[in-house]
Amino acid sequence: MSEKSSQDLVNQILKGNIRAIAKAISLTENKSETQMKEELIDILYSHCGNAAIWGITGPSGVGKSTLLDKLLEQLRRDKHKVAVIVVDPSSPFSGGALLGDRLRMQRYATDEQVFIRSMASRGHPGGIAGATSDAVKIFDAAGYDTIIIETIGIGQSEIEIVKLADVVLLVLVPGLGDEIQALKAGMMEIGDIFVINKSDLDGADRLQSELKYVLNLKSVNKSEQEHPLVMTCATKNQGINELYDRTNHYLTTLTQNGILTRKRRKRLEYEVRAIATAKIREKIDFNYQLEAQLGGWINEIWLKKASPYKLINQKINELIKEMEHR
Amino acid sequence: MIKKIRILIAKPGLDGHDRGAKYVARALKDAGYEVIYTGIRQTPEAIVRTAIQEDVDFIGLSLLSGAHNELFPKVVKLLKDQGADEIVVFGGGIIPENDIPFLKANGIRAIFTSGTPIKDIINFIQTCV
Repeated sequence: MSEKSSQDLVNQILKGNIRAIAKAISLTENKSETQMKEELIDILYSHCGNAAIWGITGPSGVGKSTLLDKLLEQLRRDKHKVAVIVVDPSSPFSGGALLGDRLRMQRYATDEQVFIRSMASRGHPGGIAGATSDAVKIFDAAGYDTIIIETIGIGQSEIEIVKLADVVLLVLVPGLGDEIQALKAGMMEIGDIFVINKSDLDGADRLQSELKYVLNLKSVNKSEQEHPLVMTCATKNQGINELYDRTNHYLTTLTQNGILTRKRRKRLEYEVRAIATAKIREKIDFNYQLEAQLGGWINEIWLKKASPYKLINQKINELIKEMEHR
Repeated sequence: MIKKIRILIAKPGLDGHDRGAKYVARALKDAGYEVIYTGIRQTPEAIVRTAIQEDVDFIGLSLLSGAHNELFPKVVKLLKDQGADEIVVFGGGIIPENDIPFLKANGIRAIFTSGTPIKDIINFIQTCV
């Protein structure tokens, strides 16, 4: 890759070349060629903003991939060109990952209008991978009109998908807990559309009424219309049409009432903040060998020769003074 | 972490015996690789397209039905057609000793028959990268 210029790669991506797209995503995942990656994303950025971005999230084992497979069927019937990003966790021990989500969608492996890419989280918290937002830009610029991100199986606080998607489908199944769980902060706050999958299981009706109750408590101004609740049974193909229609309707409404623009602006805000924070950290780390110094600080605090806040405040002030003198 | 090695473990053909493939997939995950597993009954076309989309460095094919002499070289040929022949292909399963020279001559870089210690596969991968 390194002998090719960023512009060559960009031209191939804009033409929709699948190898170029795949290689570019690897480039954003690997931290080895930062400069080339940044050039690539910077050039592609002006070509972005045309795709609808869907997020599918929910706890492990609720049927996200199976639902996604059924939604692909609907999207392909309507002739959409779809990119799918499926995220699975990396092992914190070995760094390896077993990426098995695309198994449920392999009937689309040879469909020219579908691109499926598995991503390992590589230690990134929040239910997606660090490179997911760059991968979205690559697909967007390459002309995929719908991009679907499936998160890893999430717990209560892995909700970074809201910072990426135009619409979030939160998938639940019966048996995960009572309505108090549903009132808690985090996961339950990020659904734009609530999906109760495996609706043939006992307790589906109860979950439905509990969710309705909770959604009504959430805001007096927001009716169920604004937060649709759909019952599905993906393996039996039940409720998929309704889910698809509701999702499209939701997106259309967002576009018409201007909320989509606000959402996307907010998303950019998150992204710019994240990049700026990371860059500042990197710079400080690089110029002052922060990581190397930390060891000494920790040791002093451990031996009770210093107290944590006092030492850190003092060191940071020293750093700032040093910066001013440069 | 410079570049993560990505490996596709795929089962071409019609047999449904995936225990070996799953075992290898899991062991390679534990060895620190990113492993994409696509399940049983994959066509060579689906395997090659998946490998390209996933930008893998290796494809490991597992087959127990006896169709290896047809399907393994087919995968290698399709990769070549796509200009993706830098992807290293290896195979495993029930493969008679006598077939191994033919497969190697047709671009399958290594064959691991049943009973191979996982260490051999990991060593092979490390010597290729």
